Amino acid sequence: MKTLIKNANIFTQGKFIKGDIFIERKKIAKIGGTITVNADKTIDAKGACVLPGFIDLHSHLRDPGQTYKEDIVTGTLAAAHGGYTAVCAMPNTEPVTDNIASVEYIQLRAKDYGYARVYVVGAITKKLAGEEIAEMATMKAGGIVAVSDDGKCVQNARLMLSCMKYASNFDLPVIIHPEDYSLAGKGQIHSGKVATKLGLSSIPGLAEEVIIARDIMLAENTGAQLHIAHISTARSLELVKNAKDKGLPVTCEVTPHHLVLNEEANLTFDTNTKMKPPLRSEKDRLACVQALKEGLIDCIATDHAPHADFEKEKEFDIAPFGIIGLETAFPVLYKNLVQTGKISLNRLIEALTIAPAKILNLPGGVLAEGKIADLTIIDLEQETLFSVENILSKSKNTPWLNQFLPGRVMFTICNGNITYKDSESE
Amino acid sequence: MTSKPQFAGRSLFDLDDYSREEIMFILEAAKGMKEINLREYKKIPTLKGKTVCTLFIENSTRTRMSFELAANRLSADVVSFQSSISSLQKGESLQDTVYTLNAMGIDLYCIRHSSPGSPQLVNKYSGKPVINGGDGRHSHPTQALLDIFSIWEKLGDIKGLKITIVGDILNSRVVRSNLIGMGKLGAKVTVCGPKTLMPSNMESVYDCRVEYDLQRALKDADVVMGLRMQLERMTEGLFPSLEEYSKHYVLSKETLKYAKKNALIMHPGPMNRGVEILPEIADSNQSVIVEQVANGVAVRMALMFLILGGKA
Repeated sequence: MKTLIKNANIFTQGKFIKGDIFIERKKIAKIGGTITVNADKTIDAKGACVLPGFIDLHSHLRDPGQTYKEDIVTGTLAAAHGGYTAVCAMPNTEPVTDNIASVEYIQLRAKDYGYARVYVVGAITKKLAGEEIAEMATMKAGGIVAVSDDGKCVQNARLMLSCMKYASNFDLPVIIHPEDYSLAGKGQIHSGKVATKLGLSSIPGLAEEVIIARDIMLAENTGAQLHIAHISTARSLELVKNAKDKGLPVTCEVTPHHLVLNEEANLTFDTNTKMKPPLRSEKDRLACVQALKEGLIDCIATDHAPHADFEKEKEFDIAPFGIIGLETAFPVLYKNLVQTGKISLNRLIEALTIAPAKILNLPGGVLAEGKIADLTIIDLEQETLFSVENILSKSKNTPWLNQFLPGRVMFTICNGNITYKDSESE
Repeated sequence: MTSKPQFAGRSLFDLDDYSREEIMFILEAAKGMKEINLREYKKIPTLKGKTVCTLFIENSTRTRMSFELAANRLSADVVSFQSSISSLQKGESLQDTVYTLNAMGIDLYCIRHSSPGSPQLVNKYSGKPVINGGDGRHSHPTQALLDIFSIWEKLGDIKGLKITIVGDILNSRVVRSNLIGMGKLGAKVTVCGPKTLMPSNMESVYDCRVEYDLQRALKDADVVMGLRMQLERMTEGLFPSLEEYSKHYVLSKETLKYAKKNALIMHPGPMNRGVEILPEIADSNQSVIVEQVANGVAVRMALMFLILGGKA
């Protein structure tokens, strides 16, 4: 398949250039200038941007085990709809991805039916129970890119020390969901003014911060590569800064919702504002935006967490945590951070592409000759209504429902193949 | 000239939703209802043909009876839903329960639930007005209204009154609604209790003063309200023992010396006598604790009357 993209605004080498892109044998064969070749398909991208395909380090595809919420087909289709060409599948499936058979199942399903690359993240501990180290080495041989107990957090520090030692032995990055259970308790939202007003049990920032502090020290002790998932407080960022200043291999991600929303979103009792970590104070949110701008936060990850309507349409304190995010990440951030001048478009693209690729040493994230043809074509000028009808994820749990969002994805191309095409595009 | 407040079809989730004028209008209406409760024949036909559902997912005999009595006295039909014998125990969701009840023609829901925000859900699923009879630790607006009514009846204008609320502030929905209502009417409210039972940011969320020392909190108070230690909501050690709590925070003759002479004594009940309040105070002439219960029926009658658009 030879594809020629004409008249595009191409993001390459950290800047935009006008020109064409020619894709041949799954790779970018030529980029820039006017390209005249015989192609099987020609796309006129006039007025649109061609960006590297987005890479999500943090998705829950719910397959196997909870395919009524999402599966590998719908999850990767939603990813392609959002401009993503690669997602990392978190291991809190049923059964847990803590063995080679589970790893292979996801890989095979994704290879045969997926609309995006799926990288498997294996568990840190068996069944995410926080009691025994999972078979990391075997899973690494099977292709996992990192280990994580995401959704849960290893509470036992001595065990976590062993897990980090073991992971570092096999060069496996350790992704942590920082949450001290004794401090988080049965909390529902951030410990702040809104929790006081609503009388909801709360989760203090401390629950996140003490684990980050602990795991940075463990990483320093073991030499493990530590990646902190969905960071959410200003104090957590201080801890990361100290670690980075010391030269430790510590990185972190932030979600779009922690960059755009604060605890006040919970005032409506809308369960689509219930997530873990909870939406924090405005001070925390602003600290996250600043840290993203400055590069202290390395990348943006969606924490795409689908839940069925009947699960979310419940009393706030019994509804599950989490929202979908693959289809809204770019437009929500473009609208709230780029169009308002909080961060540059270049920084947003970097945090969605090359930065996550670097953290887990994944292919993609750049547009250059010889690189894999993973890219997305987005018209920044066009707005689309984000409604139930046009969400491709199986679940619809999002606080941005029925909002007009800018940045319409026209095409997503993964490995040289078109994985998503907007119905209005030719 | 301000227009007459409109209540028909509205819900009461919390006192946030109502203006000062609207609260005063409810109090005036409750005054009339109280008079009905003092008659030999305590019933008027105002809500004949209307159906009120008391949807109590959390146990509370007193509040449920108060709502049901209020509806009965206005001649509404009353159906009572109690979770201990209900479909919710069989796994049905609140959503489906409300759909079922709605199909039976309910006009007004009075809900008690342990989950904050559940009255809003019932309103969303039913499309009918809802009176919040207490949702978790969030709010209890009818209790606040009856508390305010009791003060207004005894002391007149609330504005400028010094009101001290003592006890388990953290777990109290009563205090949250009272702070909103009393604040709107211009009272100066102080909340008092040990630090572990005090939510963070109280002064910035509500217009109130926080004190951890009972003597300082009670100084010159016109009204003193004790709150129950909600042991059932305490999942962790927030204070060493009831005995120690009582030593430092009980309302007694001794501690009430700091308040104004004849300060009004209140308690939303049920009381733990000897823990947060001593019998000598609870049963004293200054106490309006029993009257609060009576006023509760009047206030709920007023609300039902106004929301269901009853004709006098």
